[in-house]
Amino acid sequence: MSRVRTAFPRSSEITPRDVFDQRRSFLRDAGFVIAAAGAASLGLGARDAAAGTFSSARKGPYGTTEAPTPLKDVTSYNNFYEFGTGKEDPAERAGSLKTRPWTVSVEGECAKPRRWDIDELLKLAAIEERVYRMRCVEGWSMVIPWNGYPLAELLKRAEPNSRAKYVEFTTLSDVSQMPGQRAAVLDWPYVEGLRIDEAMHPLTLLTLGLYGDLLPNQNGAPVRVTVPWKYGFKSAKSIVRIRFTEHEPKTAWNKAAPREYGFYSNVNPAVEHPRWSQAKERRIGEWTKRPTLPFNGYAEQVAGLYAGMDLRKYF
Amino acid sequence: MRFQPTPRQIIALKGFVFVACLVPVARLVTLFLRDALGANPIEAITRSTGWWTLAFLAITLAVTPVRLLLGLPWLLRLRRMLGLFAFFHACVHFTIYLWLDQFFDVPGIVADIAKRPFVTVGFAAFVLLVPLAVTSTNAMVRRLGARRWQRLHRLVYAIGALGVVHFWWLVKKDVTEPLIFAIVIGALLIARVVRRRADGRPGAPAGARRPEPG
Repeated sequence: MSRVRTAFPRSSEITPRDVFDQRRSFLRDAGFVIAAAGAASLGLGARDAAAGTFSSARKGPYGTTEAPTPLKDVTSYNNFYEFGTGKEDPAERAGSLKTRPWTVSVEGECAKPRRWDIDELLKLAAIEERVYRMRCVEGWSMVIPWNGYPLAELLKRAEPNSRAKYVEFTTLSDVSQMPGQRAAVLDWPYVEGLRIDEAMHPLTLLTLGLYGDLLPNQNGAPVRVTVPWKYGFKSAKSIVRIRFTEHEPKTAWNKAAPREYGFYSNVNPAVEHPRWSQAKERRIGEWTKRPTLPFNGYAEQVAGLYAGMDLRKYF
Repeated sequence: MRFQPTPRQIIALKGFVFVACLVPVARLVTLFLRDALGANPIEAITRSTGWWTLAFLAITLAVTPVRLLLGLPWLLRLRRMLGLFAFFHACVHFTIYLWLDQFFDVPGIVADIAKRPFVTVGFAAFVLLVPLAVTSTNAMVRRLGARRWQRLHRLVYAIGALGVVHFWWLVKKDVTEPLIFAIVIGALLIARVVRRRADGRPGAPAGARRPEPG
């Protein structure tokens, strides 16, 4: 990593640490004040107020020291086709998504299937802050401070059985809330999937927040997964169902273009997309491009999951 | 009575159209200076200049059908400028690619053009635009002769098709916009074929008619 960065000095473009910290502490304070005021006006207790913000979330492992992408960019440049195919569409149109009440059904090959309420998920495990790199299959990337806990925390409570080889995620399908679903660009509902060991990996985050607050709608509210070593589309948003399956799930992008989007879709600079190179990426906010790292820089943690696999075949 | 501008009005009209054609780039510059191009300004500039290249190609190709349909012969006087604005936007688009996408990495650019079909067709379209821009002057029309000039400038249809394919192949899934360009440019090509048929000279050489270098 350090070698990579010295090869492209861009010190002028990096927000000075103190300025950045001020900004974040401001955001945190502001978030807390707003949440507290809101809670007070609704007559809620202090415990409930804490659920509205993750300002006290402890720093989780696997963090990066790279400068996070500004919140404005993380929330205004999104691929979330349920709200349109333009990058600005989700920020403009996701207001119609109703994130309460919300339940997530955990089902399939497991001993204890269960429907979880979003408020239960918010309290299921200690919320951490995980600053992850996010690499889009289109060739751009961000650094995003997410809030959540390992997906394994939820999955293990369902007690998956020996036939549970894969985990399938299904996004909400409701055209009245998701106007982009009027267009048949993808086969709705959006379905994504992981192998069970990928889903159980401690890097895989059940994500409930962003920048210390609840997820904005355009980022996959109220609950999504974040799988940082895979291209962004593998991280399902606005999840309503998690299902353990014996067979590889039929995922949305794979169905749409099987030659271009494989089931694995691990970030890999050596395996190009049929139509463009994946060797480099543009970090949002930077003018030059930087080399893309194998497994998006998480090779140390996850390369072992694919030992002996031909990553060109299983792209 | 149809509007028939005087030579002075034509000059004013050309000036007006010239300024109007600069609006898309002026808008980009303004948005850039206000830091309002979104999270990925380079992509926004690349998309916009590519879009306007196709739009100006379609507008240029529409001049003759519209002129004939509405009986406005003077529209021809604006066509060269519109065509050159297509070339202008293509130049900006290509420059952004060379500079902000590839950083003048020549081996990388050569590999990119050779390996990526959508880059290959986009580059081919740009290369084919160059001779049309170079031969756009009255002197070049005279030098080439009307017949050869017109034959050369039929390349614009190939360029339009390549441009649409370039756009089509680069979008991830939603082909609505490339499809609209395909329909518009395809319709303009068909309009021309139909007219030639209607003229009753299906096999007539191009030079048999008056060239339209306007």
